[in-house]
Amino acid sequence: MSHDQFEVLSNQAVAVCAVFYFVAVMLHVAEWAFARSVAPARVAVGPDGEPLVDAAHQAADATGRTAQMARWGYVATVVAAGVHLVAVVARGLAADPVRVPWGNMYEFTLTATLVVVIGYLFLQRRLEASWLSPIVTGFVLVTLMVDVLLLYTPVVPLRDALQSPWLVIHVIAAIIATGAFTLGGMCSVLYLVKARWLERRDVAADRPAGYLARVPGLEQLDRLAYRTHAFAFPLWTFAALIAGPIWAQHAWGRYWGWDPKEIWAFITWVVYAAYLHARATAGWKGRQAAVIALVGLATLWFNFVGINFFFGSGSQHSYAAELVARTLGG
Amino acid sequence: MSTTTQQEREQRQPDAMPLAPREFGRWAWRQFTSMRTALVLLFLLALASVPGSVVPQDGVDAFAASQWREQHPDLAPVYDRLGLFDVYGSVWFSAIYLLLMLSLVGCIVPRCKVYLDALRAAPPRAPRNLERLPEHRSFATDEAPETVLERARGALPGYRAVSHEPGTLSAERGYLREAGNLLFHVSVIVVLVGFALGSLLGFKGGVIVVKGNGFANTLSQYDDFVAGKLFDEKSLEPFSFTVDDFDVTFITEGREAGMAHEFTADLTYRRGLDGEPQRQQIAVNHPLEVDGTKVYLISHGYAPHITVRDGAGHVAFSGPVVFLPEDATFRSFGVVKVPDARTRSGQPLQLGLEGELYPTYGFTMRTGPFSAFPDDKDPLISMTAWRGDLGLDDGVPQSVYDLDKSGLTQLKNDDGKPVRLDLPLGATQRLPDGLGSVTFDGISPFVKLQISRTPADWLALLGVSLALLGLLGSLFIRPRRVWVRVRRTDGDAGGPGRTLVEVAGLDRSSGGDLSTRIDTMAAQIKGAGREEP
Ligand code: HEM
Repeated sequence: MSHDQFEVLSNQAVAVCAVFYFVAVMLHVAEWAFARSVAPARVAVGPDGEPLVDAAHQAADATGRTAQMARWGYVATVVAAGVHLVAVVARGLAADPVRVPWGNMYEFTLTATLVVVIGYLFLQRRLEASWLSPIVTGFVLVTLMVDVLLLYTPVVPLRDALQSPWLVIHVIAAIIATGAFTLGGMCSVLYLVKARWLERRDVAADRPAGYLARVPGLEQLDRLAYRTHAFAFPLWTFAALIAGPIWAQHAWGRYWGWDPKEIWAFITWVVYAAYLHARATAGWKGRQAAVIALVGLATLWFNFVGINFFFGSGSQHSYAAELVARTLGG
Repeated sequence: MSTTTQQEREQRQPDAMPLAPREFGRWAWRQFTSMRTALVLLFLLALASVPGSVVPQDGVDAFAASQWREQHPDLAPVYDRLGLFDVYGSVWFSAIYLLLMLSLVGCIVPRCKVYLDALRAAPPRAPRNLERLPEHRSFATDEAPETVLERARGALPGYRAVSHEPGTLSAERGYLREAGNLLFHVSVIVVLVGFALGSLLGFKGGVIVVKGNGFANTLSQYDDFVAGKLFDEKSLEPFSFTVDDFDVTFITEGREAGMAHEFTADLTYRRGLDGEPQRQQIAVNHPLEVDGTKVYLISHGYAPHITVRDGAGHVAFSGPVVFLPEDATFRSFGVVKVPDARTRSGQPLQLGLEGELYPTYGFTMRTGPFSAFPDDKDPLISMTAWRGDLGLDDGVPQSVYDLDKSGLTQLKNDDGKPVRLDLPLGATQRLPDGLGSVTFDGISPFVKLQISRTPADWLALLGVSLALLGLLGSLFIRPRRVWVRVRRTDGDAGGPGRTLVEVAGLDRSSGGDLSTRIDTMAAQIKGAGREEP
C-alpha cells in the first residue's frame, strides 16, 4: 500500500473504531439501566418481607440481560481497541519516511486514548473494574470526536528536530503516563461523586440504586486511583524530567529552558507530587487528595491541548509553529 | 512509619502552642517540616511557575520579552519590578523553592536517623490483641505449635522474622521502601544543586555565520550571550571554526512541499589557538563538541551579497548581508548600512537600505510580492533607500537588523514616489540624484549556531535518575508486618489439646492488597494440617 492509502486506512479505522466505541457506550448504558431495575432492596422483598416470586423472576431476567450487555459491551470495546490500534499503526505507515505516529496533537491524542482503553482492559481483566466501562468508553468516544473534528492534521514528515530516538522514548513514556493519569483521574472523579452520593443517600433512600451502587467502596476507589497514579508518576518523571531534557539537549542545546510546554510539564509533576503527599497527610486524605489529582489531570491535558492554542508559536515544542521562523526571530 | 506517627501527633494537638521561646521554636520547626507545609509549598511552587508560561521571559526569548515591553509601556515597569520577565530567577520564586528545600532537609534528616535505627531493630513484638489489626485470621489445628511456627517461617520468604517469645513470630519486610523514599528526596536536592551550578557557571550564546566565514570563541564574536553569575570570561575554551558549507533539502512535491529537512553544516575547527584543523559535519541533534562547549546548528537563512557604489563611483559597501527569515517561505528582512559613501562632488554621505528578500520570487496583483518557495531558486530583493545620518556615531549600540530612521530621509523618484529597488540576482539599479547604484551580486546561506556550556547538567541529570530509582522503590515496595501466634488449648473432656493459630498483618503503605496476602499466608501455614475453623 502507498503512504496515501495508509493515511486513508487510518482515517477510516478511526471512524470504524468510533462506531464500535459508540456501540460499547450504548451497551454499557443499557447495562446500567437494567441493573437499576434490580436494585436489591426494592426487588427481592415484598411488602410482607417475603421474597416476591414475580419480582425475583424479573430480577433474574434483568440480571441475565445485564451480564449479557456487559459482555457485549466488553466485546465491542475490545474490537474498537483493535481497530483503534490499526488506526495508530497505519498513521505511522502513512508518513514518508515511515515514522512513529506521534508528530502532532492529533496523533498524540489518538494514541493516548488507545492507551486509556488498553489500561482499562487490563484493569478489567485483573480487577474486574467493569464499573469503569461506561466512563472509559464515553470518554474515549468524545475525545476521539474532538480529536477528529478540531485537531485533525494531514500526515507530514517529522521535522529534523523531532528525529531523535529520545523523542520516541520521551513521547511514548508521556503518552502512557497520560493515559494512566487519565484513568486514575476517572477513579478520582468517581471517588468524589460516590462520596457525595453516600452522604446524600440517607436522604433519598428509596431512590433505586443504579450505577453508583455497583461502583466499589470509597476505600477501594481511592486505592485504585492511587495505584494508577503511582504507576503513571514515575513514568511521567522519566518522560518529562529525563527523556525530554535529554532530547532537548540534543535538539536545542539545553536540557531545560522554561519553555511553556516544559513549565506545564513541571507544574503537572509538582501537582501529582502533591497528590502523593496528600494521600499520606492527615486531613488531606480522601477527598482533598482526589481533588488534587484532578487538578493534576487538568494541567496535564491543558499542556497537550491548551498550550498549543494559547501560547502557540511561543513554544519550541509547538507542533503547529515552524521552528525555523521562531528561532531566527530571537 | 515514624512520619505517620509524627503526623498523628501534630494532628492531635495542632493548636497547643507552648509559650516558652524554645518550645515555641521547636513547635514552629516541627510545623515547618511537616507534611502539610510541604504540601502547601508544593502548591505554591506549581502556582508560581504559571506566570512564566504567560509572560515572555528574558532568559528564554529575549526578543519576545522586549517586544512585549514595547507593546505594554504601562505594565512593563510594574512587571519588571515584580520580576515577571524573569520568574525563575525572581526573589519570590527562589524563596518558595528554598523554603521547600529547607523544609525537605528538616524533614529527611530526622527520618534518616529513624530509618537507620529501624534497620538495626528487630521486628516489633506481637501486639497483645492480634484481632485488632486490620487483617486477622485464626484457625485451630492438631499439629504441634513448633511445627506450625516452622511452617510459618517458610511461608514468609523475604521477611526478617524473629521470635521474641515462645509461640510468636514477628516478621517484617519492605525496609527498602523508606530507603527509596529518602533517596528520592535527597536526589531532589541534588537536582537543584546541579541546576543552580549549571546556571551560575554556564553560558549560552548565539551567532550567525555566513557560509565561508569563521568564528573564534571570544565574547566579542557573539551576537547574543547570556552567562551565569559566576561565569568567568577567561574560561571560554579557545577554539575557532569556519563554516565551509551548508546544505538543506526542501521537499519540492506533495503536501509537505516547502518543508525543509536534513540541514547539515560542514565545519573546519581548531582546538586551542593553533590546533590541527579538523572537519566535522553538524546537524540538528548532532552538535560539535569542543572541550565541553557545544556548537548546535539551530537554523539557517540567506545572506545576499550586495554592492553599493556611491556617486563618486567607488565601492562604498560590498559583501554578504544577513537577512532574517520572517516566515516558513523564508521571506526575509534585512538592512544595509553604508556609512562611508560620497556624493559625486566628494561630500561624505551615509546611505541606508532596508527591505525584503524573496528566495523564490512570486507576484500576483492580489497578494503583492511573495516567496513561492523557501529554496533560493529565483531570488529577488526589494528595498527602499534612505540618506542622512545612520546614527552610528552617537555611541548607542545599534542592531544590525534595524535602520534607525530618525536621522534619515527616504529617497524619492522625480515623481515624488519613494524609490524601490527590485533586484533579481545579478541586477544593478541606479539610485536617484546620481547617488550611485546597488547591485545584487550573489547569495550565500548562513547558519545560526548556538554555542553553550552547562557544566553541572550531568549532576542534575544524575539527580533525576537517582530520584526516579528512589521513587520506584518508594512506590512499589510495600513494607508489611506479619505476626503469628500459636497457643495450645486444653482439649475438652480430657481429649488431646489443639493448637490455636492466629495470623495478623499490617501494611505500612497504602495501595497494597493485604487481605489476600494474609489469606494465602494463613492457608500456607495451615498447610497439611486438618482444616477446622
Ligand atoms: C521538593 C519537594 C518535595 C517533592 C518533589 C516530594 C515528592 C514526593 C513524592 C513524589 C512522594 C511519593 C513517594 C511515595 O509515595 O512514597 C513523596 C513522599 C513523601 N514525602 Fe515528599 N516531596 C517533597 C518534599 C517533602 C518534604 C518537605 C517532606 C517533609 C515532610 C516530605 C515527606 C514525604 C514523606 C513522609 C513521604 C512518604 C509518603 C508516604 O508514606 O506515602 N516530602 N514525596
